[in-house]
Amino acid sequence: MKVALRINGTLREAEVEPRKTLLDTLRENFHLTGAHAGCEHGVCGACTVLVDGAPMRSCLMFAVQADGYEITTIEGLAPAPGELSVLQDAFCETHGLQCGFCTPGMILSSHALLEREGSPSRQEIVEAISGNICRCTGYGQIIEAVEFAAERLRKANAPRGSALPHVGAPGTEPSAQDDAAIEHGILEAATAHDGGPK
Amino acid sequence: MKPAPFDYVRPQNLAEACAILSANEDARVIAGGQTLVPMLAMRLARPAVLVDVLRLPGLSGIRVEEGALVIGATTRQVEAERSPDVVRHLPLLAAALPWVGHPPTRNRGTVGGSLANADPSAEIPLVAVTLDAEIVTEDEGGMLAMSPDDFFIGPMLTAVPMGGLVTQVRFPIWQGGRIGVGFHEVSARRSDFAFVSAAAQVEVGADGACTRVALGIGGVGDRPVRLDVGSLIGMRIDETVLEEAVEAAAGGLDATSDLHASAEYRRRVARLLGARALADAYAEALAKEHG
Repeated sequence: MKVALRINGTLREAEVEPRKTLLDTLRENFHLTGAHAGCEHGVCGACTVLVDGAPMRSCLMFAVQADGYEITTIEGLAPAPGELSVLQDAFCETHGLQCGFCTPGMILSSHALLEREGSPSRQEIVEAISGNICRCTGYGQIIEAVEFAAERLRKANAPRGSALPHVGAPGTEPSAQDDAAIEHGILEAATAHDGGPK
Repeated sequence: MKPAPFDYVRPQNLAEACAILSANEDARVIAGGQTLVPMLAMRLARPAVLVDVLRLPGLSGIRVEEGALVIGATTRQVEAERSPDVVRHLPLLAAALPWVGHPPTRNRGTVGGSLANADPSAEIPLVAVTLDAEIVTEDEGGMLAMSPDDFFIGPMLTAVPMGGLVTQVRFPIWQGGRIGVGFHEVSARRSDFAFVSAAAQVEVGADGACTRVALGIGGVGDRPVRLDVGSLIGMRIDETVLEEAVEAAAGGLDATSDLHASAEYRRRVARLLGARALADAYAEALAKEHG
């Protein structure tokens, strides 16, 4: 069957058997080998991908079922080639990985948590990664990594976002009011994110 | 760990789905697939056709209706978990849902799928049995509503008619009084299959006496069962009363033995968890304001 899947923002097509899992399709047809094939029956979490932003097991989904969703793999998290997301970098900083087999799944599961909750409690982090098995770290440093990334994200300047007018863009005139609005927005974002752990 | 070949169809409406299912003896419904796909991967199931009902219109959603909370079969478990209506009207389901699989499987697994798969240790069937929900199926002949006692036949075995599928489940809402719930489970590791699970819901009157009670036990036998603890009605529940009631109700409990737990262990833990769930439910109900 022919499938058209939206993966990391790009529409890609493949000819697959109905029994081919999304995991195998990502790896074999699209060479996105960051989704790891572990147990292949939904126990280990190594194959986790984001489907419309929610972590799911790509081994428990057939490619023919996956059209119409926004699929994000670990390859889609880095802001630019050769760079790491804040969360990916936090895993390196805290030694949140050893062999690395579970890491893409761990990162995608916790990425979804941080998208939803800026200051997750330890319990929330544990719950978020409870479906991902790691046989090296003992989980302690993985939890640290997520806490560290959450802290960094809270302290980072909030992105200015596309909602604010670009100075000099057509139809807008740079004015004192614009600057004030931008400054106000930044201050507001900084205060909003300064809640600290719950 | 690769499934055997099958054909895949995605019907556009319920009538088409029922037609395909009744025309193919080896057709099988797939929704979230969180139970079925592992079974396919291990080749414990080898259907000729998979009929994908996940995106069928009208089969998803949660609504309150005539004293019942109605959950569409393809409603994702995570949607039920986060639904304010479930938290408000069906606290027992809200307490049980975090025990269903893991967050990533709840993101895709459905409420109806859990019922239709009828795993003896699954939490959603246990809540359905405990509260005596109504499970609605549909096939080419029309709709059929069943009690959980009629619906669940044995392990992974239900009374869904050939060529039919589960379309919704109607959980009764206990209205009026102060209500509390309790849920406990023992498994080898968090979110693994339960050896024993217990779900309880209790209503108390103004004088603090129990006015309505329900207790269900899962994982022990070949399907979840409701235990008759009606002797607690009219009583102020304490440890002695509770133990006597659960002891009497759980006396003839059917239990299975396997590699993980003996039948005797399961019965013992069922009595213990049943009493704990009831005690929690009673305490929670008492703590609520009179309303």
